Amino acid sequence: MNLDEFLISPQETARREGPHISIVMSSRVRLARNIRGASFPGWAKKADRLKSYETIRPAVEAMPEMVGGFSEAIDSLSPLDKQVLVERHLISREQAAKNAGSGLVLNKDESLCVMINEEDHLRMQALRPGLQLKEAWTAIDQFDSGLEKKLNYAFDSKYGYLTACPTNLGTGIRVSAMLHLPGLVLAEQINQIVQAVNKLGLAVRGLYGEGTDALGNVFQVSNQMTLGEPEVEIVERLNKVVAQIIKHEEDARQTLMEQKPKKVLDHIGRAYGILANAHSITSKETLNLLSFMKLGVDLGLFPAVNRAVVDELFIVTQPAHVQKNFSDKLDADGRDRVRSDLLRERLLGVSRPGPLPPGTAEGENKA
Amino acid sequence: MKCCLCKQKEAKVHLTKIEAGQMQRVDLCEECAKSKGMEDPAVSMADLLLGLGTPQEVQSAAPQAEVKCPVCGFTQADFKKAGRFGCSECYKAFAEGLETLLKSMHKGVRHKGKAPALGGEDLKEKLAALQKSLDTAIADEQYEVAAKLRDQLRALRQKPLEAHP
Repeated sequence: MNLDEFLISPQETARREGPHISIVMSSRVRLARNIRGASFPGWAKKADRLKSYETIRPAVEAMPEMVGGFSEAIDSLSPLDKQVLVERHLISREQAAKNAGSGLVLNKDESLCVMINEEDHLRMQALRPGLQLKEAWTAIDQFDSGLEKKLNYAFDSKYGYLTACPTNLGTGIRVSAMLHLPGLVLAEQINQIVQAVNKLGLAVRGLYGEGTDALGNVFQVSNQMTLGEPEVEIVERLNKVVAQIIKHEEDARQTLMEQKPKKVLDHIGRAYGILANAHSITSKETLNLLSFMKLGVDLGLFPAVNRAVVDELFIVTQPAHVQKNFSDKLDADGRDRVRSDLLRERLLGVSRPGPLPPGTAEGENKA
Repeated sequence: MKCCLCKQKEAKVHLTKIEAGQMQRVDLCEECAKSKGMEDPAVSMADLLLGLGTPQEVQSAAPQAEVKCPVCGFTQADFKKAGRFGCSECYKAFAEGLETLLKSMHKGVRHKGKAPALGGEDLKEKLAALQKSLDTAIADEQYEVAAKLRDQLRALRQKPLEAHP
């Protein structure tokens, strides 16, 4: 099956709606499961890994949720396709780096994705746009209950679901929300928020998960503890914390516009200026500037632009996506040129950020 | 950005640690990261963020040098190196000291929450118990009960016993 033909277009992906979509880019709930008595993927010999893959793959494919889905062994995908899947946040970088005996199964609307033989035999995740952690949990819980009828999960009455890493033991759950927080970054409150969230036993990570920078002011908040607490409580706590962060972000934006409107307008204006006029731009710079443009859209400074237009640019300007749309093999410099061409073209009809919409504090002389 | 250890090569491994309200950043080149045992970002981030896998704790999780998982052959040295187990049965093989490690990373040391409908007990035992009840029911001529048990048995048998028998 061809991945390009299967994947939902970036345009359509960016248009998906959900509660608090301007701040919560997506919600995700992942469960880790393993097969009893079989070596975990990181320890299994290649033959055993292939064997467990061949056991798990048909069971996952046969799930009613996977009708019309996409299923492929990781070693059958091109490096570029794997990178596209990582950029879409459908598979992890770890999974993309795996060899024979690993794979993925993705459902038609890309709301369920199962990684086979990543760190655990099964890493299944439900994805939703906006703040929909409970909905994502319900979906993955149901999927897991269906799959357990076909596979003999490693489960212990004391320790729960047994996982390769003891950090995932018990529920095997990772509940996370991807948040766009330019207000808290500009207001220099983000460190406080990160520390407060850490104190609650939750982790804050960058755009691509573990060990990555918060490019584009995008942060992933997730639980760390998986043992000793039921799934619903973990989901509920995450939900509350994310709701709080949304509120802080909204407050930070409002305060900034009241007290330092020039600082905000300057960031947004410069972001627009560079994005719309550059002739070479890295993906990192693009992400960081798109973040401010997105903020500008949220603040009503680009009245003619829908947030989906900017969200689509977040997707299509990533390295593998840039390469995908260009027939010749590009090096980094080439990609930076092609990316800038794409941005200039897309922003051609977008007028520069206008005056503050009526109703917001003018505050020109306060800045 | 240059590596903060050798100050020569380009830093490729970036670690951010926040502890007691203090944020620390470490930027290392691949060689220095490797020499510091940080070549696997997943492990090292877990080490740093959760404070787990400090040598003492990992050691206490598997106190005897000779302990080896009878199912997959994983040793305590392997666990110390990888921070992960070899198979689900390792949790039994390395049970001693495991709670100390789990306490340092989790809210509790007993699972609360979802369990497979079958309770995760060994399927063979479950099958044997059901078969016994079925035999009894037939002997007692309780055919309605027997039919239900038969259906349960059938459903269970359709489930593969193990991926690797």
